[in-house]
Amino acid sequence: MSITQTTSQGIEGAGSEYLAFTLGSEEYGIDILKVQEIRGYEAVTRIANAPEFIKGVINLRGIIIPVVDMRIKFNLGTPTYDQFTVVIILNIAGRVMGMVVDSVSDVTTLTPDQVKPAPDMGSAFSTDYLIGLGTVDDRMLILVDIDRLMSSAEMGLIDNKLAA
Amino acid sequence: MTIDISQFYQVFFDEAEELLAEMERLLLGVDVAAPDSEDLNAIFRTAHSVKGGASTFGITDMSEVTHVLESLLDRIRKGEMALTSQHVDAFLAAKDTLKMQLGGHRSGAHVDQDAVANVRMMLHDLSEGLVPAATIVAPSFLHAEPKAQTGEGAHRYKIELPVVEQRDVNALVDELGLMGRVSVTPLEGGRSALIVTTHESLDDIVAICSFVLDPGDLKIFEAPALTLEQRAIEARERARIEEEQGYGFFDPADDTPAASAELSDDERGYGFFQPIEEIRALAGIDAPAPKSTAAAEVVEALEKKASKKEDKGAESSSIRVSVEKVDQLINLIGELVITQAMIEQRSSGLDPMLHERLLSSVSQLTRNTRELQEAVMSIRMMPMDFVFSRFPRMVRDLAGKLGKKVDFITHGAATELDKGLIERIVDPLTHLVRNSIDHGIEMPQARAAAGKSEAGRLFLSAGHQGGNIVIEVADDGAGLNRERILAKAAQNGLAVSESMSDAEVWQLIFAPGFSTADVVTDVSGRGVGMDVVKRNITSMGGSVDIRSARGFGTTISISLPLTLAILDGMTIRCGEEIYILPLGYVVESLQPRREDVREIAGRGQVLKVRGEYLPLIALHGVFGIASRAVEPSDGIVVILESEGKRAALLIDDLVGQQHVVVKNLESNYRKVPGISGATILGDGGVSLILDVAALVRASSPLRQLAGEALAS
Repeated sequence: MSITQTTSQGIEGAGSEYLAFTLGSEEYGIDILKVQEIRGYEAVTRIANAPEFIKGVINLRGIIIPVVDMRIKFNLGTPTYDQFTVVIILNIAGRVMGMVVDSVSDVTTLTPDQVKPAPDMGSAFSTDYLIGLGTVDDRMLILVDIDRLMSSAEMGLIDNKLAA
Repeated sequence: MTIDISQFYQVFFDEAEELLAEMERLLLGVDVAAPDSEDLNAIFRTAHSVKGGASTFGITDMSEVTHVLESLLDRIRKGEMALTSQHVDAFLAAKDTLKMQLGGHRSGAHVDQDAVANVRMMLHDLSEGLVPAATIVAPSFLHAEPKAQTGEGAHRYKIELPVVEQRDVNALVDELGLMGRVSVTPLEGGRSALIVTTHESLDDIVAICSFVLDPGDLKIFEAPALTLEQRAIEARERARIEEEQGYGFFDPADDTPAASAELSDDERGYGFFQPIEEIRALAGIDAPAPKSTAAAEVVEALEKKASKKEDKGAESSSIRVSVEKVDQLINLIGELVITQAMIEQRSSGLDPMLHERLLSSVSQLTRNTRELQEAVMSIRMMPMDFVFSRFPRMVRDLAGKLGKKVDFITHGAATELDKGLIERIVDPLTHLVRNSIDHGIEMPQARAAAGKSEAGRLFLSAGHQGGNIVIEVADDGAGLNRERILAKAAQNGLAVSESMSDAEVWQLIFAPGFSTADVVTDVSGRGVGMDVVKRNITSMGGSVDIRSARGFGTTISISLPLTLAILDGMTIRCGEEIYILPLGYVVESLQPRREDVREIAGRGQVLKVRGEYLPLIALHGVFGIASRAVEPSDGIVVILESEGKRAALLIDDLVGQQHVVVKNLESNYRKVPGISGATILGDGGVSLILDVAALVRASSPLRQLAGEALAS
């Protein structure tokens, strides 16, 4: 899939591009515009008394960003860390954060009619955080509203209230 | 091609604002009774520059006001009219009007046209001499008459002798006469005072005096003026008597009246005498020879400024750069420092014989990086004068409103502080200064009844102390009232007891909603404020300390880190993890003995350090780390001190000490309890900086328990 092709499609069909990644045996997609970069997993600095899925913080070219492991958060697959483990660096609401996933496959363009509303069950994610299900050929992507998920109180990545 | 004039508007606005601030400063400093022509010229120049700028940009209303102002100033500086306090008031009003007009042009703020007309009318009437000159009211500053110049660089000491025989006095005068000029002034009680003008050091003088007298009986003051007004002499006398009584206003514990101690007090600017020189210098009075360096700097700066203004052709020595650019530069330097540390670390394993040239280049890089970092950090540094300069006017207005007399004295205005901190310190300081005037300094009658001078003194000082900058607001007013604070605190439902130490009682005034003011005024007394002051300062990584003596005044001292961006840290290890302890909190580190650790009723452990029981904070327990040193005696404890309280932190190892670039954890994550920030280590990894203040605070209940259980 060439870049020019996807771009032109994106404009014509008002479709969106999604970055597809896997967690356990499921394939997910997130809005590519939220993705800043993809990098390998490196040693994190643990944060004391943080939930287990918050692996810690890393130094991303001088800024300190938190890294969360989606596999732990959503009980998908076994969290192993090797040279193939991937961290997706997201830029959400002006904040940068990393998300550990099993692997990243490709960038897919989906037109609105390829996206179906998500059923109430069948996913580790609450439907509140889902955009819908996208179908491309034989594949099915669970489209995650990463903005809402990451800024949710459930993830606890952002202080929703200023500390008293 | 048209020139976009709007870009120059901004420059004019900035410049006009500075000029007006300068004008106000000069006006407040001017001595009405004996105005210095250089001062009047300087005021005239600022008015003229504003007028010139305003005319250039076609801002007629401002140029009209400045024109009237200028003509009046012109007559005064040419000696056609005598300066009165009425004039000064009118000039200040004109300055306010100009500032209002400036605001109107700049941001569309409301301009009160009636006020503008009033000011113009007032200035016009004054310049026509229509308003009869009121009796000259001396300004609240002490001032001296012009006096003969003595040799540049000489010191003037006043030596007060105890009762001795006239023969001895004569002998002493002869001896000291070899060093410089000496004059004798009789004091009450048959004693005498010698005024010595000399290039010799004080030690030499004391040495000579000790031939005749016991040096402990001497009172030596540096640089009091010969011809100060009676008031000044009285003030000095009283201050001397107070010191004789063994009462040091700023440091009640210091009761050694030794001459040298007093002198060092003076040098620190805490004494009562040195500041007079500064006021005089600020007031532009032809300063006598023994100018303090600070005074010399002020005069020099003024002259420099003046000559710069006159010489329009000269190139500007400074440029305006946006703060974002500077911050970006600082961030990049931070990166560079980290990269340099990485290179240093990686090259440290190389064979020094084989890679000699590489290693010497690396060490050069290290040096250059450090210098570069210091240079860049200094861009953000601004002198405290930026803050201090706004207070004289406020003090003057506030004192006038409350019917009090206040001498305002600043010290250490050249001390530099990070720009970010400077901006955030303004509000707390303003609050403290207002508090001092409103609550601290008494009404003139009350002061006179208490045997003090009618005019209260308000000191604002800044200086370095270790890695911190200490800013003090001190008054010689009534002091804090322990009983009233305790009563009020009990009334507010705070936990208090009679046995609390003074320092703990004073800290109560930082509780929210606390005010002991009898009457709520529009100045202060609503109880909002001190808690905000405390919170603001704590959020800057600083601390507030209060010293107060009943009847003698209150000193509030604020201690701030020099900059927020770089921290002197101690690297420690606990388990596999590396943390940074801000060095400012570290008192000492030691290896605890098993028998010094005591268990407190299942609530935790305390450590006995030289007879004192300190709460033992086990870092591995707080942070859930699989630590090597589970038993305190296997590890190292670091004694930490924060807000006057101590605690012992148990860790595995001390790793080292280094400057770390502080990174904010909250910009991409959230506040983590026990952690104040993060930094990047030489290997590129992240290390967290411990929030010592919070850790020590959290251990407080244990401290109390320990105090109760082990007191017996």
